[in-house]
Amino acid sequence: MHSFSRDFALAALFWLLLMTQYCSGAEPNSQFLDGLVLLSAQSFTEKEKGIELIGASQDPLAARTLQSLLDGKLFYTSKDNILVYGESEGANYAISDFLSGESLGLVKKRNLEKITINNTLRSTLKTTIALINLQHPDDTVRLAAVNAVLSDINPELLEILAGCYQTEKNEQVRDALSVALAIGGLRQQDTAKRLEALQSVRGDVHPVIKNEIQALIDRETDAIVIKAAKSTLTAIEGKIAWFARLETLFFGLSLGSVLVLAAIGLAITFGVIGVINMAHGELIMLGAYTTYVLQQLMPDSIGLALALSVPAAFGVSGLAGILIERSVIRFLYGRPLETLLATFGISLVLQQTVRSIFSPLNRSVATPDWMSGSITINPILSLTSNRVTIFFFAMLVFGALFLLLKKSSLGLNVRAVAQNRAMARAMGIRAARVDALTFGLGSGIAGIAGVALSQLTNVGPNLGQAYIIDSFMVVVFGGVGNLWGTLLGGLSLGVANKFLEPWSGAVLAKIIILVFIILFIQKRPQGLFPQKGRAAE
Amino acid sequence: MSSVRLLYNDKPGMVMLVLLAAAAVLVPLCNLGFPDGHLLHISTFTMTLVGKYLCYGLLAVSVDLVWGYLGILSLGHGAFFALGGYAMGMYLMRQIGDRGVYGNPLLPDFMVFLNWQDLPWFWHGFDYFFFALLMVILVPAALAFAFGWFAFRSRVTGVYLSIITQAMTYALLLAFFRNEMGFGGNNGLTDFKDILGFPLQSDVTKAGLFVASATALALGYLCCRFITGSKLGRVCTAIRDQEPRVRFLGYRVENIKLFVFTFSAVLAGIAGALYVPQVGIINPTEFSPLNSIEIVIWVAVGGRGTLYGAVAGALVVNYAKSYLTAAFPDAWLFGLGALFILVTIFLPRGISGGMTGLFRKRQEIN
Repeated sequence: MHSFSRDFALAALFWLLLMTQYCSGAEPNSQFLDGLVLLSAQSFTEKEKGIELIGASQDPLAARTLQSLLDGKLFYTSKDNILVYGESEGANYAISDFLSGESLGLVKKRNLEKITINNTLRSTLKTTIALINLQHPDDTVRLAAVNAVLSDINPELLEILAGCYQTEKNEQVRDALSVALAIGGLRQQDTAKRLEALQSVRGDVHPVIKNEIQALIDRETDAIVIKAAKSTLTAIEGKIAWFARLETLFFGLSLGSVLVLAAIGLAITFGVIGVINMAHGELIMLGAYTTYVLQQLMPDSIGLALALSVPAAFGVSGLAGILIERSVIRFLYGRPLETLLATFGISLVLQQTVRSIFSPLNRSVATPDWMSGSITINPILSLTSNRVTIFFFAMLVFGALFLLLKKSSLGLNVRAVAQNRAMARAMGIRAARVDALTFGLGSGIAGIAGVALSQLTNVGPNLGQAYIIDSFMVVVFGGVGNLWGTLLGGLSLGVANKFLEPWSGAVLAKIIILVFIILFIQKRPQGLFPQKGRAAE
Repeated sequence: MSSVRLLYNDKPGMVMLVLLAAAAVLVPLCNLGFPDGHLLHISTFTMTLVGKYLCYGLLAVSVDLVWGYLGILSLGHGAFFALGGYAMGMYLMRQIGDRGVYGNPLLPDFMVFLNWQDLPWFWHGFDYFFFALLMVILVPAALAFAFGWFAFRSRVTGVYLSIITQAMTYALLLAFFRNEMGFGGNNGLTDFKDILGFPLQSDVTKAGLFVASATALALGYLCCRFITGSKLGRVCTAIRDQEPRVRFLGYRVENIKLFVFTFSAVLAGIAGALYVPQVGIINPTEFSPLNSIEIVIWVAVGGRGTLYGAVAGALVVNYAKSYLTAAFPDAWLFGLGALFILVTIFLPRGISGGMTGLFRKRQEIN
């Protein structure tokens, strides 16, 4: 009795004080203030009422008040009973007037009276905060609110969530809400409703739902529900495994597209000139360094620098390629093994040049915003944007090259020389010029591959070496002088590599692929798509 | 009688063999017989260095046999060299016994480190020198035989063959980097103590290894000279120049190729086995494609298809490498790269080809 009357007297006092405190902002919301007063009560039942009042008040400060209360940062000063927000600083508290936000300096702990809460209140608080936030205009806040209530959904909350689901416009929040509804459904008392919920989550791969079904199987007593739950779980796991395979396929295609980019220039030069260009990897490296240099020149617009580096790298590597052809390779036609050695020498010189200019350390090339991040397909499958971009970029380059070789007059000349050099020359094609241009084209594409690679790995002097043997394998596997062979060879090797990796480990997967190609060459020495006609020996 | 005439006709080879014999006698003598600081003293470092070059010389001879006479540009001979080296390294590992860092009498240090309980099956037998010697020969031979069996039968030739030999050594490089393989991972095998009971640190053992290397090079050279001078050698040259025609004449080209390729791999393996005790370590970088392609450039510099040219090339290039990497560390790759380009364009027959060309011109003038 005594405590009640004391509470009452204090409450009246608080009310007055709060009225004076609450001068900033809009209309003082009486429901909100009533709630605040109830918070100062000793009894937890009163506090709970206060929390409910604040929750229903729709006051802009409501969510913050409850959150501070939950975090234990809401106090009354012992002396003049002002509601303050306190942040612990060593032995003291830095306090500020809760309603106006005005700083009140440091005070000793004993001068403050904390608003205490218990576990029941804590749970109420969480739900109330979530309910307030569910109405928040900001999408991210609503999403966070839904995820926050996932662990404790009660029937009452379930109804509110269902209401939100009806009105929600944002796609992501809707998804989160449907997960929450499903979990709520699985916790229903009514067996039929649980079964219905199980039916509705069939094929939903959200990890929370999977855990919930697992928990349901553990606690469930009804045999029918257990059976349904188990079958749903199997279905979900099957779907998850399927998405995992899809993800592996994506990584494989991504690796494959990089291989195609790296190998396609090599395939052109090898097909036309019959020359293995061991410096091809270093031409890729030059393209990657061109990207790096352009980004250093334009540090403010990384995206533009990247877009510009595609033609720039094509130019740099292409010119380097023409230079190599004119100064070295043209003296060695008809001696393929010597060409191999000479171009290897060129690769060493290029590597050391880059090492001298840019230091042997790896350089990192920044990724523009539109290429970073990932595309989320569902909770367990998300594709990294840079890999997706590079895949489509590789296909674009392939398409452009294909058109160039099939439709342009240069392409016609290139194909003619590749098929029969002597006859092409008799028809008036300047074979030497075609050789130089082809070599430049192949090298330029190596440069473009370098731009793509700079978005996936660090740029260093050994970048080319890491890809050269793989590129050879793609060309040899796909068949020389055949663009389709290179495409198919590159993609299939990439996919095979990624599917072997989880089973055997990355290094062993690579070894298996190499051994496979060595054996494959024995069986089909001309690759997947051998050259036909007189060009073939 | 014919073999004597063969040697008589091979004048540069005779000169080389005489020089080799002189080195095999004089270098250890100058090292052991004269005290440090004496005018005629040859330091142990120099002796080991030259011994290493002699192993490279044997390796170069083996590459020249297949490239210069058979027309197979192998970019994977470093793999055979390294396999021979690993076989010897395993013997030397077993000789350490309980003197390792962990003092385990049964297991080499790296296995103790990896927490292995038993010796893997393929390590058994390497306690015996003769078994190790057998493996030095058999393991590279088996790999070369299996590889050649498939490759030559399906008539993989030219650039394709070069590329897949490179893929072979690259695959082995990756494999030997794995700790699970049981060959010491990327650290390889090292910390050797003694060979046949002789401590590896002592000058006498090093002199012995030097003599062994010189002898092996001389014997390897003679074997290759004998092969190239025989009827088999002439068929090889014919295969190099016109493979289809030789086949049409009724020769079993793939069998000839297989034999010579395997023999060459054995020589490379022996070179590796002699190399490892002298440098004191064998690790997977010996499998790297760059190493294999460097061997080819020794042969190209010396002049292919001569055998003695290969030895000369190995000595010259490696001396230049030792000098340049110490004096101008950055310049070595420039130098090596330039060597590749210049030799292929301007000196297609290498130093020895250029020399004999000069002599011939002078004779014509006279």
